[in-house]
Amino acid sequence: MTPDTTTASAGMNISQNEGNCVLSISGRLDADAALFLFKKAPEKLSEQGLKDSLILDLSGLDYLDTAGAVFLERLERMAQDAGFSQIRLEGLSQEYARLMELVKKTKKSDIEQGQPKPLSFIENRGQSLSDFLSDTKEFITYIGEITWALGVSLRHPTSIRWADTFLIAERSGVDALGIVALISFIVGLVMAFQAAIPMRMFGAELYVANLIGIAMVRELGPLMTAIVLAGRSASAFAAEIGTMRINEEIDALTVMGLDPVRFLIVPRVIASTVVTPLLTIFSNLVGILGGALVITSMGYPVIAYYNQIASFVTWNDFAGGLVKCFVFGILIAATGCIRGYQTQSGPSAVGVSTTRAVVTGIILIAVFDGIFSIIYYYLGI
Amino acid sequence: MKHDQCAIKVENLFAGYGNVPIIENVNFDVFKGEIFVIIGGSGCGKSTLLKHMIGLLPPISGKIMIMGEDLSSADHKDKNRILQNIGVAFQSGALFGSMSVMENVQLPLKEFTRLDKISIRDIAHVKLQLVGLEKSAHLMPGELSGGMKKRAALARAMALDPSIIFLDEPSAGLDPITSAELDDLVRNLASSLGITFVIVTHELASIEAISDRIIMLEKQAKGIVATGTPEQLKQATDNEYVYNFFNRTKAEITS
Repeated sequence: MTPDTTTASAGMNISQNEGNCVLSISGRLDADAALFLFKKAPEKLSEQGLKDSLILDLSGLDYLDTAGAVFLERLERMAQDAGFSQIRLEGLSQEYARLMELVKKTKKSDIEQGQPKPLSFIENRGQSLSDFLSDTKEFITYIGEITWALGVSLRHPTSIRWADTFLIAERSGVDALGIVALISFIVGLVMAFQAAIPMRMFGAELYVANLIGIAMVRELGPLMTAIVLAGRSASAFAAEIGTMRINEEIDALTVMGLDPVRFLIVPRVIASTVVTPLLTIFSNLVGILGGALVITSMGYPVIAYYNQIASFVTWNDFAGGLVKCFVFGILIAATGCIRGYQTQSGPSAVGVSTTRAVVTGIILIAVFDGIFSIIYYYLGI
Repeated sequence: MKHDQCAIKVENLFAGYGNVPIIENVNFDVFKGEIFVIIGGSGCGKSTLLKHMIGLLPPISGKIMIMGEDLSSADHKDKNRILQNIGVAFQSGALFGSMSVMENVQLPLKEFTRLDKISIRDIAHVKLQLVGLEKSAHLMPGELSGGMKKRAALARAMALDPSIIFLDEPSAGLDPITSAELDDLVRNLASSLGITFVIVTHELASIEAISDRIIMLEKQAKGIVATGTPEQLKQATDNEYVYNFFNRTKAEITS
């Protein structure tokens, strides 16, 4: 019988000798060879009529690694399943016998015992719900803690870290002017374009001004600013505080008797709350400017556009938008900080926290925007 | 020992995360001015015990007294006052990344004293000189080596002249020479300033070099398996775990 030589460097040959089956494996039994032989083995074993005893002759083996040893172990079990009553390993050199022994000694059941039992679908849903509820509870607790610390800080303004607050206000406010301007300008421009097409059918292009004015001031200005800040500042807060958590800096603050909420979160919340309305006013203006570009390109004078907006948009609309983004500012800073504060350990933890910060931030912005719409509707604003 | 000679007194402490105790019913005293070392294998609860002793985790049950005051049942305000007695140098240093070494050391002074800027600067200089970092005062934590970070953390921990300093794994991640230098520093500070040190470590060389007294924790026992001076523990042949811990290096070489 000719041995099956493999592309990988080991060969397998089966023969019969004095009533025994002899399966000899020779060459270099590494991962590739083990894979190849593993596919061949079942047919080799099944084509044997004699199912008495099997000898694995390994004297021709030049090399054996763990993959090979695991293969030999599985081969033995496979032979048992195929009906061989007695299986012996022969000719394994001293060098590899140790490895073989190690593989045989490893009890799979021990490893499997250590693994947590996989949860069923229903258990999984339950687990998720319970996690969600406890997360919500924790979130609300933190909101309470922040509100309390904010109250205390505002009563004692000297205890606020003003240097940090100004720095954060600059980074999350002034530095965000560019992106807020871009987004708002494009929103104003695109909205004016899209609205002008149907309006033209009625000869009412100038009323685009009303649409832009009211939409920017009441809804899109605050919303666009808030979403930009959620992506920009909330993620930054979460990453900063999360990294501090991992570096034990939060523990260090606590042990020093410095309350991390007062020390880290309050400056961020104050900065964000001050900066968001300012950015919103800026966003409103730039958005309206975007609309102006479209209207003037249609041949209307800028002053007509201005008068149209000034006569239609009231101070109530403006104030309503500002109150809204004031709340958005608190939400953005608080979610960013809380998610950062909750950072677990491990290399992906900060990434998880920033993602959670942005997602929670945007969800809360959307939910609160809805709540404000309902409130304003009933207040008649 | 008389009560007033105890810097820390731990009584019937059950400690762990949540309600699952890792350490059960632990009692020990740390005397004033000694270098007290907590040792044990990985996962035995050394760091957990430390977190309880510095008030980061509330005990499941039991009492922790720091300089005669109960930390475990203190309210927020009292706890902060008790914590003024202690300084902690964390494993990674935990320096505030946005501040220079100098500002890190100055921070507790700025927050808890009414001293003027010049005094604060001078005090910070003294502390940095004690740890040999006076030339690196202006560097940011990111620019420091591992050993320097730990020394800077030690300087910050000493800023308010605490009576007790906790060190979490001071020699982790350091080469033997830097680690030995840090040990010498701790020895000098303890003898010259009379500071009580509580050190969590598993570094054998470091344990022998600096400790006055040791407690050893063990995972299975969920508590202390041995207490004593390093010599006593080294010769403790009746407990196999303690014996193996102290003689491991030797046993490995001879086998």
